[in-house]
Amino acid sequence: MDFMLLLTVFVLAVFLGFEIITKVPPTLHTPLMSGSNAISGITVVGALVAAGTGEGFWVKLIGFVAIVLAMTNVVGGFLVSHRMLMMFRRKG
Amino acid sequence: MDPSTLKILQNLTYLVASALFIFGLKGLSHPRKAVRGNMLGSIGMLLAILATLVGEHILSWGWVLAGLVVGSGFGVFLAVTVPMTGMPQMVGVLNGFGGGASFLVAGAELAMVIARSAPATGEAAAHVAEGSHASSLQFLIATALSGLIGSVTLFGSFVAAGKLQELHITIGGKKYWLSNSILLPGRNGINALVFLACLALCVAVVGNPGTMVWYVLLVIVAAVLGVLITIPIGGADMPVVIALLNSYSGLAAAATGFVINNNVLIIAGSLVGASGLILTAIMCKAMNRSLANVMFATMGPQAGAPSADDVYAGKIKSVSADEIAMMLDGAQRVVIVPGYGLAVSQAQHAVRDFANLLESRGTTVEYAIHPVAGRMPGHMNVLLAEADVPYEKLLEMDAINPTLETVDVGIVVGANDVVNPVARTDPNSPIAGMPIIDIDKCRSVIVIKRSLSPGFAGIPNPLFANPNTSMFFNDGKKAFMEIISALKENA
Repeated sequence: MDFMLLLTVFVLAVFLGFEIITKVPPTLHTPLMSGSNAISGITVVGALVAAGTGEGFWVKLIGFVAIVLAMTNVVGGFLVSHRMLMMFRRKG
Repeated sequence: MDPSTLKILQNLTYLVASALFIFGLKGLSHPRKAVRGNMLGSIGMLLAILATLVGEHILSWGWVLAGLVVGSGFGVFLAVTVPMTGMPQMVGVLNGFGGGASFLVAGAELAMVIARSAPATGEAAAHVAEGSHASSLQFLIATALSGLIGSVTLFGSFVAAGKLQELHITIGGKKYWLSNSILLPGRNGINALVFLACLALCVAVVGNPGTMVWYVLLVIVAAVLGVLITIPIGGADMPVVIALLNSYSGLAAAATGFVINNNVLIIAGSLVGASGLILTAIMCKAMNRSLANVMFATMGPQAGAPSADDVYAGKIKSVSADEIAMMLDGAQRVVIVPGYGLAVSQAQHAVRDFANLLESRGTTVEYAIHPVAGRMPGHMNVLLAEADVPYEKLLEMDAINPTLETVDVGIVVGANDVVNPVARTDPNSPIAGMPIIDIDKCRSVIVIKRSLSPGFAGIPNPLFANPNTSMFFNDGKKAFMEIISALKENA
């Protein structure tokens, strides 16, 4: 893909991120951190490709470790956010 | 399905996933919509993973499935077992994992490109011709950045999590806490050198695409940099560091997106990067310090400042639980200011019971939350939410400050610097200009604290010596339990 296109997406997404996140109230800042953490586990997409190539032991091993780290991030992040957000919803 | 249709479907799914991430974060703008938002985000992630598994030529399924199972299992284990008081460490470790995954993926990509372009096989030339992206400047620069940011994030986060976990070693009967500021002589010079070495190694990675050596070296030196920039930062500055590392983990993911030419990584990564940066800015503003000041300078009492004896001598009024129960008699409005001490003594449930008791007697109870109270953004809110305190009662500093003069009793539990009036009055103080909760303006103030020891800024707090302040020297949780039984006896 064209580099300029990717860069454009990057810059616009940063601006979008600023717009969305400034509206998050301080009371939800901790779940925001764990939830956004889970989203940054999107690198799992690259890890799956690396581990799945069948391209030599080391690439597969590095890919495997990357999947483990990223999935811990994804599952741990979303789940712990859910746990916290349910607490906020319980009352009020 | 022919390959090009499959590719289009895969990219469309990635686009849907990106949109779901945006909806997910948008949902966090209100506690009532937040659970649904979080679910939308996780559905987006599931779609992205499925699109990758279906759309790519996965050959070694064993490795892939093992990774998915082990990682998910570990994630579930962490998320279910972590206590709310351990949340800062948990987020710290997860930040690190995100960074680690990013630099591993970039490294694996580089290794694949090297393997494919090895001149040994006849196929290789075709791969090189086809893989114009793989040898491009974009690929190499993004790989170097991913290695640098990812490694700094992983190792910086582990140090931060160790500090938050209060790790320490005992040498010769003396305890050394990782959470203290560890100040190496000439550390700013050393850090600058290590940073320059990282940049030089980035250039080496870009200039020598045929070998992994420079990339591995870059990751190692960046790890050293991650450790060095985190160890001088002390406990109370951790909210800034955690927020900053959160941002790095996103930026590392975005850099990896440039490595593998994938928009969903770039979008998700930059959203997280922006989120971490905003939180960092909010934390710095709440301490009236620049990011550079947090990272490179340390707090401490300045020369010529009033000593603890000057401030406290003969002016401290210590009270018992019974006296506090009498002060609370007939109080219309009570405001509680929680700090890190509340988390340490796990006092959130006792505080909730105390507030319920007061409310049953017709007193209004609210909580004033300073942005940097605790060890991470929103730390106090999560602890109090765990104890079933409704979020409407958790008021931000700016909202509650103008109303504090009408409050009968202000109760400070385990907080110090964030209620130190010196921030308003002494322009030479290390916390001068820091926005504080003006709890000293309440008609009377009760401070629950184990001793007169100073807060993180290392300065005495004249609030404790105010004529309308009463000190209750006790552990947070025990203090509230004693006050509760005193209230019940008096009733």
